[in-house]
Amino acid sequence: MKFLTFKGGTHPPEKKELAKDKAIVRMDPPQFVYVFLSNHAGAPAKPVVKEGDVVKTGQVIGEPGGFVSAYLHSPVTGVVRKIDKLYHPVQGRPMEVVVIERTDEDRWQLLEHSDWETLSREQLLEIVKKAGIVGLGGAMFPTHIKLNPPAGKTIDTFIVNGAECEPYLTVDHRLMLERAEDLVLGVKIVKKILNARKAYIGIESNKMDAYEHLKKVCADSDVEVVLLKTKYPQGAEKQLIYAITQRKVPVGGLPMDVGVVVQNVQTVIAIKEAVVDRKPLIERALTITGEAINNPMNVVARIGTTIQQLVDIAGGMKEDAEKLIMGGPMTGIAVNRLDIPILKGTSGVTVLAHEKEPIKKPCIRCTKCVVSCPMGLQPYLLYLLGNKKKYDQAVEEGLMACIECGVCAYVCPSKIDHVRVIKLTKRVYQALRGGKK
Amino acid sequence: MKLIQSDAPHIRTKDSVRSIMLDVLLALAPAVAVATFFFGWYALFLCLFGAIVGELIEWFIVRVLRGQKDFSFDFSAAVTGLLLAMNLPPTAPWWLLLIGLLVALGVAKHAFGGIGQNIFNPALVGRIFLLISFPTLMTRWVSPVRGFAKSVWDAMTSATALGILKNSGFSAAIQRFSYTDLFFGNVGGCIGETSAFVLLLGFIYLLIRKRVNPVIPATYIGTVLAFASIMYLVNAEKFGTPLFHILSGGLFLGALFMATDMVTSPMTIKGQAVFGIGCGVVTMIIRLFAGYPEGVSLAIVLMNALVPLIDRAFKPKIFGEVKV
Repeated sequence: MKFLTFKGGTHPPEKKELAKDKAIVRMDPPQFVYVFLSNHAGAPAKPVVKEGDVVKTGQVIGEPGGFVSAYLHSPVTGVVRKIDKLYHPVQGRPMEVVVIERTDEDRWQLLEHSDWETLSREQLLEIVKKAGIVGLGGAMFPTHIKLNPPAGKTIDTFIVNGAECEPYLTVDHRLMLERAEDLVLGVKIVKKILNARKAYIGIESNKMDAYEHLKKVCADSDVEVVLLKTKYPQGAEKQLIYAITQRKVPVGGLPMDVGVVVQNVQTVIAIKEAVVDRKPLIERALTITGEAINNPMNVVARIGTTIQQLVDIAGGMKEDAEKLIMGGPMTGIAVNRLDIPILKGTSGVTVLAHEKEPIKKPCIRCTKCVVSCPMGLQPYLLYLLGNKKKYDQAVEEGLMACIECGVCAYVCPSKIDHVRVIKLTKRVYQALRGGKK
Repeated sequence: MKLIQSDAPHIRTKDSVRSIMLDVLLALAPAVAVATFFFGWYALFLCLFGAIVGELIEWFIVRVLRGQKDFSFDFSAAVTGLLLAMNLPPTAPWWLLLIGLLVALGVAKHAFGGIGQNIFNPALVGRIFLLISFPTLMTRWVSPVRGFAKSVWDAMTSATALGILKNSGFSAAIQRFSYTDLFFGNVGGCIGETSAFVLLLGFIYLLIRKRVNPVIPATYIGTVLAFASIMYLVNAEKFGTPLFHILSGGLFLGALFMATDMVTSPMTIKGQAVFGIGCGVVTMIIRLFAGYPEGVSLAIVLMNALVPLIDRAFKPKIFGEVKV
């Protein structure tokens, strides 16, 4: 069998067995939800509700606050209690959050449009925008922008990212098994929006059941299901595009520069739900997992559900829990409080058990980071230059091409934290250059 | 329970500097065993002395002289010490090794900042220092005594294969040592360099464990092969055969375990190839045209000096980089 892949990368323990066989369960909506106005990349949404407003499930509570921004909807039927400030895990500082108390069973405010097959490409895009759909793989980039490349860029290929290369996480795997029909219908809709000739679903070889299943479901369609080598970061956009199409996204460029758009499995399903079922994005499926959680599971939770509620439904944390990560262990964000709500892009909650602190050493130039970097960079050098504050030289060595996948730090026998320094160096460099890209 | 905040990635490989160094020690073990067989228990003593005293010297430098509290044994000094011992004649007195260890770890490694910071392979610097300072002791070669003999002191002195080639020509050398002897180590020479075969076994272990890649050894030995082939056509009697050059002297020990030292070799595959070729060329020039019969140590140390330049010249290709 042919496994598509890229050069470099690594293979951390998969740990998928914790949750991969647990069917997705729907969580009861919590009494309180906390919806960040910044629930997407770009400008935060502008609130259109105020304290005391009664809202229905799916009612707009925030409008786009700029070009790169997204709509926001109430995840429950209830009353807006206040607009407060709360620690935002991605931004790393307090941000505005709409607190809604649930008072009733769901009374839906659905999107209004006619049968999708009669709609034009522009009308479909508008639905995606109105539904508040963003990249659910984690990046949370507004989907309607990604699906609407500027004039002059033609898209011929659409790729569904079913790699799920992050260790521990299993939600995309479950969705591909349980909601294959919705996924394929979503692909059809996206293909129409993009006017793409070809569509692929790329799946890592550690999810053979999902591959076989989708292959069956796609038998009569023109969607091609392809098998990818199980390797991290197989699901990184550029690496995925290369594995499937052999096209290389230029440094500083976007997938559309090589005629490709990539969407995560769940984003495509969300598009189907918006377009066909007229549901705005108010919930998402995610994995609650890790050695230090009692009952690892996959759940559908409303946006704004707190981590505490998720931890509770998964049977609570074990005694030796040491790190709680929003997302997976390679790129996720560790948080030290449980009152933080999930965002649209939260693909999982991973709770890791205590481990002995590894011994740090200076770089012994073992070349592992260079050989493993999927972007062909020299992480040891970027780390060195970043620490010496040699920003321009770091940029010359490809600093900005880093996709922050974490492979270098993972493989390092000296336990050097390349990624942390590289991220910091990038930020300082951008600040020094006055916000220019 | 207290949750801690830290940066991604939140999981790390189980590999560590220590586990790498332990694998290298393990990979060298067969060569030590063979050396003990050919040169007696004293060879084993020197090897153990090098590894253990090496670690102790490092502990002393880091913990006592530099006052660093978080010292942990990573066995890199044991590797250096063992390699240095393996680069000595089987008759070397223990104090000679001690001096070499002090130079290797004190000067070549820690004067440059300790692990990861040194430019030159510490074991080779130690060996070269001894070679210059104690030329007689460092070239007192004996014939193999075989069978885990008790003493190597009564053994017949004997020139090395490369020494005979230099002084008496190829026919004399190959008459004294057959290719089989050279391959399995039944020849005079440094403790660890006699058997190309067991060194190769150890290296294959490192390859399987993914601790090294074969670029440097392949280009190094390949270059020696090519160079020797050309010279063989020029004058077979004077320069010897290609196979003779590959199996004699310290080439396998050097190419497999010294030139591949991570700290002192280039960071990219292309750079490593250039490094290996350079080592091969310099080794052959010294062997055939310079005063010393063997040039592996000097060749590697010379190429060590060029590593920063090589790293600058040969960079990996950035994924998706557009040519300007």
